[in-house]
Amino acid sequence: MSEDIRTPIREFISAKFPQISLDDDEDILALGFVNSLFAMELVMFVERTFGVRVPNEQLKLDNFRTMNAMADLVRGLSESMRLSAG
Amino acid sequence: MTHVGVVGAGVMGAGVAQNLAQCGHTVALVDRDPDAIKQALSGIETQCRMSRLLGGPEIDAEAVIGRISTDTDLLLLAEAEVVIENITENWELKRALYREMDPVVRPDAVFVANTSAIPITRLASLTKRPRQFVGVHFMNPVPMKPAVELIPGHHTSQAALERVRDLLSSMGKKAIDVNDACGFVSNRVLMLTVNEAAYLVHENVATAETVDEVFRSCFGHPMGPLETADLIGVDTILYSVEVLYEHYADSKYRPCPLLKHMTDAGLHGRKTGEGFYSYGPSATATGRSAAGGGTDRSPSHD
Repeated sequence: MSEDIRTPIREFISAKFPQISLDDDEDILALGFVNSLFAMELVMFVERTFGVRVPNEQLKLDNFRTMNAMADLVRGLSESMRLSAG
Repeated sequence: MTHVGVVGAGVMGAGVAQNLAQCGHTVALVDRDPDAIKQALSGIETQCRMSRLLGGPEIDAEAVIGRISTDTDLLLLAEAEVVIENITENWELKRALYREMDPVVRPDAVFVANTSAIPITRLASLTKRPRQFVGVHFMNPVPMKPAVELIPGHHTSQAALERVRDLLSSMGKKAIDVNDACGFVSNRVLMLTVNEAAYLVHENVATAETVDEVFRSCFGHPMGPLETADLIGVDTILYSVEVLYEHYADSKYRPCPLLKHMTDAGLHGRKTGEGFYSYGPSATATGRSAAGGGTDRSPSHD
């Protein structure tokens, strides 16, 4: 399931920054190309693509630092949505 | 706290409404287009939610939205103590609005024209309250910018000017006093720079990316002029240059045909997803923009 989450995110980032190739644990913020507007676009993309809403307390840069961090976040949010729905 | 009317729910009006509501003021937001209002509210909610991510304080988006009432009818402004007008930089549109709005708003209210170019004295002459008429040139994005140009018209009273200065101060804004002249200080310089930068792309001297790179790398500017144009809105840039051209009747303000072409084509910058650069999920599909220098990336904006 993690790969299902990582693939669209990776594609989204690659579309914006074709010159970057990302490892799952690479700190994208440390690469220097992520500014505040892109971080916001990334949140919107994740919410739209995976049908989740990131709660305020989770809206922090650490959750968007690596592909794995984003996959963990989405997995956690999807899980809690499933639990509350069922 | 002040009850403030905000007219126009575009990029600037939404930013002004958000800034006011974040600072505890109540806002009556009016736009004749219901979709613009919807979009403004959703944008404000997103901006508030993302505040922490952008290095700002945590903002209660629900509380901010709760302080904003909206309508397509100017009657919502009837009880406002200050009305801030933010509609398109077009003299005819502004003239029609002020004529319609002046009799509706209570007589002791102060009008604020948020304009980047049109002389305040000329706008004030459209109303029966030229003493209570002040110009403010807000910068974009409004909630994040620490300063504005504050411009009195010929007849503006000191009391009205100070009332607006106090309101700005409560919004976290430093007011820089500038005398009334078309374009004030900021846009006399900025709009000519953007217009000339567009000419460089138009004449194939350099791509948009190259022009911006010169400003960023050589001058140390955080953004180049064409990235700035995309943020402000290419259409807004064109209207501002046209206002300068019309007012001064000086050929140095002649608008670049590329700006007209892009405006006609809907390539208005970030707000439409494409301008000198492409934005959003369709970036790869869109490819190079009609501007000839467009590339698929988000310009730096820190």
